[in-house]
Amino acid sequence: MLQIGFVFMQLSMLLALSPFIVGVIRKVNARLQCRRGASLLQPYADLAKLFGKQPVISSTASWIFTAAPYIVFASTVAAGLLMPVFISHTPLSFAGNIIALVYMLALGTFFLILAGLDAGSTFGGMGSSREAIVATLAEPAMILSILAIALTAGSTNLSTIVHQSALLEGMVLAPPAHLMALAAMFIVTLAETGRVPVDNPATHLELTMIHEAMLLEYSGRYLALMEWAAGIKLLVFLTLLVNVFAPWGIATEATPSALATGVAVYVVKVTGLAVIIGVIESMFAKLRLFRVPELLGSAFILALLALVFFYTLRG
Amino acid sequence: MTTLLTVLLACYLLGGVLPLCTSRPSLQNSLAHSSAAAGGAAGIALGLGGLFAAQPLTLSIPSNIPYLTCALRLDPLAAFFVLTISLVGLAASIYAYGYVREFTGRVSVGLLGSLLNGFLLSMTLVVLADNGFFFLIVWEVMSLLSYVLVVTEHERPGVREAGLFYLIMTHAGTAFIILTFLLFAQETGSFSFEAFRHPDQRLPEGLRSIAFFTALIGFGAKAGIVPLHVWLPYAHPAAPSHISALMSGVMIKTAIYGLIRVYFDFFEGQFPWWWGFTVLSVGALSALLGVMYALMEHDLKSLLAFSSVENVGIILLGIGAGMIFHTYGLDELAALGLLAGLYHTINHAAFKALLFLGAGSLLFATHTRNIEQYGGLLRRMPWTGLCFLIGAVSIAALPPTSGFVSEWLIFQSLFLSVQLPTLFLKLMLPIVAAILALTGALGLACFAKAFGLSFLAQPRSPQARHAVEVPVAMRIGMGLLATSCALLGLAPMLVVPLLDRVTAPLTGVTISDKVLALDGWVVAPVTVEFSSISMPVLAALLVGAGGLGLAIARLLRKGMPARYSRTWGCGLPLTPRMEYTATGFVQPIKQVFETIYQPTVKLEREFLEQSKYFIRHQRFHSTIEPLIEQYLYQPVVTALLGAAERLRVIQAGSLHLYLTYIFLTLVLLLLWAG
Repeated sequence: MLQIGFVFMQLSMLLALSPFIVGVIRKVNARLQCRRGASLLQPYADLAKLFGKQPVISSTASWIFTAAPYIVFASTVAAGLLMPVFISHTPLSFAGNIIALVYMLALGTFFLILAGLDAGSTFGGMGSSREAIVATLAEPAMILSILAIALTAGSTNLSTIVHQSALLEGMVLAPPAHLMALAAMFIVTLAETGRVPVDNPATHLELTMIHEAMLLEYSGRYLALMEWAAGIKLLVFLTLLVNVFAPWGIATEATPSALATGVAVYVVKVTGLAVIIGVIESMFAKLRLFRVPELLGSAFILALLALVFFYTLRG
Repeated sequence: MTTLLTVLLACYLLGGVLPLCTSRPSLQNSLAHSSAAAGGAAGIALGLGGLFAAQPLTLSIPSNIPYLTCALRLDPLAAFFVLTISLVGLAASIYAYGYVREFTGRVSVGLLGSLLNGFLLSMTLVVLADNGFFFLIVWEVMSLLSYVLVVTEHERPGVREAGLFYLIMTHAGTAFIILTFLLFAQETGSFSFEAFRHPDQRLPEGLRSIAFFTALIGFGAKAGIVPLHVWLPYAHPAAPSHISALMSGVMIKTAIYGLIRVYFDFFEGQFPWWWGFTVLSVGALSALLGVMYALMEHDLKSLLAFSSVENVGIILLGIGAGMIFHTYGLDELAALGLLAGLYHTINHAAFKALLFLGAGSLLFATHTRNIEQYGGLLRRMPWTGLCFLIGAVSIAALPPTSGFVSEWLIFQSLFLSVQLPTLFLKLMLPIVAAILALTGALGLACFAKAFGLSFLAQPRSPQARHAVEVPVAMRIGMGLLATSCALLGLAPMLVVPLLDRVTAPLTGVTISDKVLALDGWVVAPVTVEFSSISMPVLAALLVGAGGLGLAIARLLRKGMPARYSRTWGCGLPLTPRMEYTATGFVQPIKQVFETIYQPTVKLEREFLEQSKYFIRHQRFHSTIEPLIEQYLYQPVVTALLGAAERLRVIQAGSLHLYLTYIFLTLVLLLLWAG
């Protein structure tokens, strides 16, 4: 019973917190541009409004166009349920390890690419084509950096990884392998969630957009689901980063006080990371598409070094 | 069991003979394909029975020819491959009943159906053969029949060349297999597999390594491993689609069978670590190059053929990892790697055959294989589209389908390299895992392209605009394989015990109850602590979360139905020419990996006489360099042609001269032997 309760708690946290994180990044961007910016709660209002609006569907599109938002939403939410959020022993962790999580997100990417192609406009195809190359290049770096972490924990189960590092007393200085893997994972996060310098979520300029180009033909509840799924995907990556590399404060047992701390610390940590991403977005210009491989290539090398360090420096 | 085997042989033999006894195409069609389907059904039962039999079923017909006995043996390894062949055979036969209408009047339907039966029979006998001599005979029959089937439409441009290329490569491969068996036969004095696997008669160390390489080259040429894959993208697409499905889905698997038979059965798993590492490296190279060339291919069937090269590579990753673990005595992990490879074997058989049948349906409906001329077909061919989508999601290894389970298991066995004793292997296996990740991501892009540009948006040609759904028989054939894909993905608890029956005798340990934890709900790589997935739960999560999305959307909507309207075309009416093309879709990937592709672009422009700012005509031609053909095969072909040119002096074309040559050779041989 308690376990089912945890699943629903985790589910509602993912659904409820993701628009807030998007709001935080937008706010940071606005402040650094000397604007006041919209309220932190604006993304909630946007979603509610979009859900209520009448959707317009392209008359040339097939059922893939209307099914894709639900599949993208479902795969992202399902991926989010596989990882620990506020308690290290998440009930559904047995259903899929970190590889399953990565491939679950890839299912969303696949249907997103199809959705971009379905309406038949040039912009959609452009976005799909670019998404395909970014996803392709991010994958190897991601798998290697995950492995470097998994080897330390002796497991690729996310719960085990997080639980083991959370049990270490105090704030242990991370070993070099972890730092390298963290850097690689961070770059992958920027690429996979469509942030500057890989993609610009605020643009509607055909020369630069990737994710937005695929969503261009969507409106109403379909757009709401797609936007929400993008927010949840961002939150999933941020959660992975904070919980795998800095699991301090996460609940390691199911007592009310530990849970309360876990939730509070988690919200603070992901908000902090969102602020960092906002700052980075304001500091860097978007890269040309054909410079992105260099960035992701360096992430791959970092992850490879993490692996080498793991084997050579392990006393 | 013996009855089932007899039924199977009788069905295929009748199916091979009966269609030739009548001249009515419709009767020929029903006779040939119903008996092939019956043979397939018997084969599925035989395979399942063979997997669970306590003792291998053996059957032997002695012959007067020295060394040759028509010996059959149905052990679990053979049974698994009989099951795979028969499953795809059944679906392809049902499909063919509708599909051969395409050929009526051009090609003899009876002959085509009869050859199909012969092809299925020869493949089944290849995996059942228990005598080296007999194996080579049925192997050769399989190769020749498939060659004849490849050149079915020999009047089309390129088909004869493809057939010839295939014939040469497959015979070069067969030569190496003969060499392998001769090495064994020389040591054991017999061609029977029983003698080959006898532990007392082991090859000397040097010969073992030679046999390893000859087997890898010989079977590798059939399996299509890089760099021996060059014939495959020409030959497989040239055949009628249900034959392509059989060739790519199961014929190349007979080579996988051969490799496992030789390495794990004849050598009894006694090999140095670098054997496994060689197989692993070859697998990684095949997987990566296969998918990279598949991405650039816009002929749908060639794309699928290149993707077969990729998947054979992935299968070899599992087998190679298993071999490495076996060398170091990590038997459970060895069984895991082998099991993962076999799991991918049956998965690939199901989804690749499904995709080839889907491609055949598109060819049936539009009479073209060029993806650029498709588009908008999902609305016109909903069933074909749905089946193709299931196949595409499976081959892209996305949960909750079959490809995901097997690739996940291969990932896990590569990750468990942490238990190996040497640092080199500990680092190399994760790098191979990264290559597999890259392969997987490229595969996703490749099949997003294959499905998206064929089935979505607006039709880009009149043929695609007028396409209609294919006949029921073809839909049943595809539906059968689509269901298999779903089952293989959602119910690993049914598949793993079957595979464990195969790997247990080869590795000496049974891991079924370790791979299936929590009453079969969870798949785990031997230790559930290391990692686990639960396919039913993942599927349920997807359905649940999708339902949640639906519920939220229903709750918050304000009662307005969706409005349908044309896609915004920047003020112009939207035409199919505004769509992204397949070439455009893969352009970024081509540019990023240009070292491998070496693309060349030829642009011819003709300007108006008045001004060079206005273009009258423009021709754009883009090609990629087939590196391996260019640098590996071209020199060999040139050298061969040169040598043949020199040898022309002894070829006078007179029969007397050749008789003299034969006589002289005989004398020389006798002198040498004496």
